[in-house]
Amino acid sequence: MSVQGPESPARSVVGATRATDGGTTVDARDSRPERRPLLWLAWVVLVLLVAQVVAFVLRSDRLELSVVGEYLFAEPILDGLVTTVVLTAVATVLGTALGALVCLARLSSLAPVRYLATAWIAVFRSVPPLVQLLFWFNLAYLVPVLSIGIPFGPSFGEWSANDVITPYTAAVVGLSLYNSPYSAEIIRSGLSAVPRGQLEAASSLGLPGRDTFFRIRLPQATRIILPPMGSQVISLLKGTSLVSVIAMTDLLGAAREVYTRTFEVVPLLIVAIVWYIVLVAALTAGQSWLERRFSRGY
Amino acid sequence: MLRARGVGKVFGEVTALEDVDLDVTEGEVVVVIGPSGSGKSTLVRCIDQLEQIDAGSIELDGELLGFRVDRGGVLRRLPARRTAPQRRRMGMVFQSFNLFAHLTVERNVWEAPVRSLGEPVSEARARARELLDRVGLGHKGEAYPVQLSGGQQQRVAIARALAMRPRLMLFDEPTSALDPELVGEVLAVMKSLAQERTTMIVVTHELQFAREVADRVVFMDAGRVVEQGPPDELFGRPQTERLQTFLHRFSAAS
Repeated sequence: MSVQGPESPARSVVGATRATDGGTTVDARDSRPERRPLLWLAWVVLVLLVAQVVAFVLRSDRLELSVVGEYLFAEPILDGLVTTVVLTAVATVLGTALGALVCLARLSSLAPVRYLATAWIAVFRSVPPLVQLLFWFNLAYLVPVLSIGIPFGPSFGEWSANDVITPYTAAVVGLSLYNSPYSAEIIRSGLSAVPRGQLEAASSLGLPGRDTFFRIRLPQATRIILPPMGSQVISLLKGTSLVSVIAMTDLLGAAREVYTRTFEVVPLLIVAIVWYIVLVAALTAGQSWLERRFSRGY
Repeated sequence: MLRARGVGKVFGEVTALEDVDLDVTEGEVVVVIGPSGSGKSTLVRCIDQLEQIDAGSIELDGELLGFRVDRGGVLRRLPARRTAPQRRRMGMVFQSFNLFAHLTVERNVWEAPVRSLGEPVSEARARARELLDRVGLGHKGEAYPVQLSGGQQQRVAIARALAMRPRLMLFDEPTSALDPELVGEVLAVMKSLAQERTTMIVVTHELQFAREVADRVVFMDAGRVVEQGPPDELFGRPQTERLQTFLHRFSAAS
């Protein structure tokens, strides 16, 4: 196409001309930031809100911060804290391992295995965690004797359900099972998000299936899995507070045991709140670190 | 070396390949050209068994690809784990590079020889560095793919395929995703491979490359091989109307 003609714009050459505005030379270096009245207003609102909270905390005599301080590192509370951390860790590990198996089963080429996984996800995602804890705690009523063996055939070992199901095992089983379908779906979404081209490249290089999965697919999926998995662990941590209904003394349970004795309800709930916030902050920090580690190359 | 007979491939309602015959001899450079949707990409993908063929057969060095004949004489499709050794003998270069995003450039090149061929890591790394030098990227070994330009990524992808010491190199539109000024560096590497008598099948829209480098040009249209021959003859005296139209459109565009 031709651009020659009397009206064609002058050809510009770097350095030959400068942009001008009504004769004055305009230069971005002379600019100042735009005025932002809303920004100042937002700061004022924030300062007022914080001041109000601080004033409330200082003036309220019902908060009893001295009681909070007294119990924050008290032994029963710290024992409960340990229980909460251990329960979260065990249920995360078991739930994720179980979830990984369920996920692989859902992606299996064998239809019956897929159906089993789909049913598993449907059931354990539908039942509220509180109901699951109560159910597993009362399992002995439904199944008095637990045994391992061949279905409808001989059994290799038998245990009384009443001996096996303690509050601790019921809590671990309930929370792990409740966690497993979420883990399965999170892992599946990560695995499916790995671009097809990556798998085709692995396939064309003749990489064995195991190496394709563990060295190409899983590391790339992990980057996608981590953020929702982090949220999942955090909600599991908070979910452990339900175990007090089956007579387990977790962080909340410990606080409750104290305040039923002393009637200092609010201060002890604040003790629990402070520890939950600390635990979640620690988990969040760990998650950020992992995310950075797995985002190399992106 | 490669022998395809009556190859057919169907995607749902669409026939991508129909009755395709192709022979490639050792050291030959075959360039496949044709309009979009003519089935040329599908052909190399079928040869590399990224797609399963629906009709015909493909043999590499006399070995049936993707199938076996069992003791009862029944033809059976091989599972992926049994076709992997066959794929190792062919190197594939994709249009979209497909470098492993989470691995460094050097690791991209040595991962497969170690995992697939069982080469010792030290040996595979040394060879990876050699191959990267060869494609002019010896200094980029520690970079991640995302830090490279498209042309550089594609040169790494070529090095990665070569690291498997393939019998046959397949190129699926290797320059189609590149900015025009980056096409030359990739074609230069491919030219040097051709000069060393690497057996290659190249699917491309770069007709100039076909003219200069190909021993034989194959023109495909609507899933069939319409015409093939030495570049001089094919470009100089196209026999079919479809090739004439194709070449005419190309010269008009450029």
